[in-house]
Amino acid sequence: MAVTLKVNGKTHTLDIEPEMPLLWALRDEIGLTGTKFGCGIAQCGACTVHVDGVAMRSCSVPVSTVTGKTITTIEGLAAADGKLHPVQAAWVAEDVPQCGYCQSGQIMEAAALLKKTPNPTDADITAITNICRCGTYVRIRRAIHRAATTKV
Amino acid sequence: MGHIEPVGAPDALSRRKFIVTGLSAAGGLALGIAFPNLASARPLGDAPWSNDALATPAEVNAWIVIDPDETITIRIPHSEMGQGAATANPMIVAEELECDWAKIKGEFASPNRNVRENNVYKDQNTVGSRGVATAWQYLQQAGASARVRLVQAAATRWNVAAGECVAENGAVVHKASNRRFTYGQLAADAAKVKLDKEPEIKSPDQFKLIGKPLPRLDTPVKVTGAAKFGIDAKVPGMVYAAIISCPVVGGTVASVDESGLKGKRGGLKVVKLKDAVAVVADNTWRAQQGLDALKIEWNYGPGANSDSEQMKQMYRETLTGPMVQVRADGDVAPVLAGGGKVIEAFYQVPHLAHAPMEPMNATVDLKADRLDVWIGTQNALGTTGQASRASGLPQEQVYVHNGYLGGGFGRRSTNDEMIQAIAIAKEIGKPVKLTWSREQDIRGDRYRPQAAAQFRAVLGSNGVVQALEAKVAVGSINRSQGRPVENGIEGQAVDGIVNSPYKIPNFYVGGQMKNTHLPVSFWRSVGGSQNCFFYESFIDELAHAAGKDPYRFRRDMVERVDFVGVLEKLHETSGWETKLPKGRGRGIAVAENHGSVVGTVAEVTVNDRDQIKVDRLVVAVDCYHVVNPKIIEAQMESGAMFGLSAVLYGEMTVKAGQVQELNFDTYRIVRQAEAPTVEVHLVPSGGKKWGGIGECGTATIAPAVGNAIFAATGKRVRELPLKNVKLSQLASL
Repeated sequence: MAVTLKVNGKTHTLDIEPEMPLLWALRDEIGLTGTKFGCGIAQCGACTVHVDGVAMRSCSVPVSTVTGKTITTIEGLAAADGKLHPVQAAWVAEDVPQCGYCQSGQIMEAAALLKKTPNPTDADITAITNICRCGTYVRIRRAIHRAATTKV
Repeated sequence: MGHIEPVGAPDALSRRKFIVTGLSAAGGLALGIAFPNLASARPLGDAPWSNDALATPAEVNAWIVIDPDETITIRIPHSEMGQGAATANPMIVAEELECDWAKIKGEFASPNRNVRENNVYKDQNTVGSRGVATAWQYLQQAGASARVRLVQAAATRWNVAAGECVAENGAVVHKASNRRFTYGQLAADAAKVKLDKEPEIKSPDQFKLIGKPLPRLDTPVKVTGAAKFGIDAKVPGMVYAAIISCPVVGGTVASVDESGLKGKRGGLKVVKLKDAVAVVADNTWRAQQGLDALKIEWNYGPGANSDSEQMKQMYRETLTGPMVQVRADGDVAPVLAGGGKVIEAFYQVPHLAHAPMEPMNATVDLKADRLDVWIGTQNALGTTGQASRASGLPQEQVYVHNGYLGGGFGRRSTNDEMIQAIAIAKEIGKPVKLTWSREQDIRGDRYRPQAAAQFRAVLGSNGVVQALEAKVAVGSINRSQGRPVENGIEGQAVDGIVNSPYKIPNFYVGGQMKNTHLPVSFWRSVGGSQNCFFYESFIDELAHAAGKDPYRFRRDMVERVDFVGVLEKLHETSGWETKLPKGRGRGIAVAENHGSVVGTVAEVTVNDRDQIKVDRLVVAVDCYHVVNPKIIEAQMESGAMFGLSAVLYGEMTVKAGQVQELNFDTYRIVRQAEAPTVEVHLVPSGGKKWGGIGECGTATIAPAVGNAIFAATGKRVRELPLKNVKLSQLASL
């Protein structure tokens, strides 16, 4: 069946099952591989994207629930002119990524947090449950505070 | 370049421009601020797949290409899995080149060319913390050899002695006649220069670039989603595969009922392997759905008769049997039998999974005369060999395109998933991308071995250790991987104990290798991951028995400059002498691991419900020479969190031969909420040796935390993980 997804400002009409998780529509059908597969059960957050500005774990979101909504992936986070989102810029400044695999999800999660809570406390950051096996948590924390002071 | 354009390659240039624009627009985050005279090198490309072309005219040697526009491409032999080799390796080459760091561009070295050109890129095996520790000499040599050839090429053109010419800032200058050629103008000539002998490399006191906290070259592509990992490879015409292996390792497929696939879309095809079943489809999710719809019967085999309790018993019993002696100073027997009080302790830890964030995967395109593999591997050259054996093609016809690795930690040095993908491709006749589910990633892991240790020691009346006997029982990695165990023991079995720095007149270390049906392999910090917990916890027990401060007890037993430096730095920076309130404790541990000396002070809080929170970790490390302090600091933070996940949660529970923890809901990893602050101190003591950095940070976390718990509660933790430990039920010591 035809499913229409609005991703990073582009509309994609896909012939896919309504129950297909958004993650696999993004990666295998649309070809946006910045969103990562980590666990498939919404535990790790490597697949985090924004749906109408809210962070969601796309491995566990059927496409039928997000048709017509505004989906943003890591590829669409920077401004159209290429200017990095403050969270991405803060990630560069703090040299956060190691292997980098979880960082798309970490950045999307942090960007959503800052949108909702522009000046997050340590406790707000602690509520993030995305897993980083390289353990970059100390730098993620620093980078979120840095991004909060940079402003969008 | 392979015959297929990897995803992302066509727009690599525009993307690079995008990144540079983004950086400057974001407020001058480029290096200029930190180092006014040192602009950043170019970020690495998003598609890391190596260039397999053979020598070009712009190539000075296999490591260095200098284009007419003065861009200097440096080939990176080691895999980038977060540990920073892709920044540190080019820094070492560039150190010798006398050129502007801003002109440098990194590119991963071709494993295929390495095969064809007699290991020109050496072992290309990123294991054992070797990315710098065993590579610095040949990397410096590559830079020095190129520089001297560039100088000779200029001298020949000018018809002057090479000694009159100087290489500086990307050019060769003849000061007497005020003439100058840029490297780009000399590269082709330099490649033809023959030298009687290769030049000497710089000594550390001459370093100008090495030692600087330069930004990582892979960061820009890792914040935009552009960086390609193995799992992101896309080959025209490829199909997607999902797989399940027998839940009991060693078992085989008995039968597969495919009736559940009827009516499902995706062009589903079933491929039966000896010990696994795969489903191929036109999308990863459809392949996974297809796999779930199969009814598979397995022959579980003898492994099904084992469980965790039985394994624990086996390792405990092994400790009462014969040992292979690895170290014997003096004679422990008469002291232990001498009538003094013998302090004894038994320790044990379970198997652990690596669980890198990127599940294992491989994309293969198998043709009659050529095999292309897209994968993230720690062992690019070894993977080429494995692919050759699995495909039947000679190594020269195998092209491994190594991606950025979504974590390695030892898991990505063998490639079971690639062997499976090749088998599937043989049957399907199309390019195949095989992606393991997280469950398959943990079920199909080669685990950190289970282990146990028994210690006995006697203190003198002055509280000084007179004799210490250490016995270890642990799984053999060699045996598990089909290699012989030389002399009945392997290094990892006793690493972290046998290299104890303490002055103990009578010291015995013995070990015995014993395997279960679970395959075992190298897991970040390897033997240190269990032995440092065992040994440094027991040393803490002895300090307590001697009535001494745990720092002072250790400090009084060491003479080596590296151990003294690390211990004293920890003492100084942790606030060791300050008191913590009730319910909190501070613990210390120190060890040698992968060629470096590392130590940790942990601070913990234990509440009256037995809940343990690690609040703060202070880490000091002596790796003798520092290439990039920022990366080392990050590796220590990383190693600490990796160790902490194991301390708090890590275990494979085995029931009827099957590992029970198959995803992150049960195989828990430390998250932001459990992450303590980490303070890192580098105390390089110089000298001839260069230490490893990727693994050592994990080794002393467990004992430091355990010792801190003892300081807080008087309860000694002798078994991990802590989630199973009820402190209130342990005896107070």
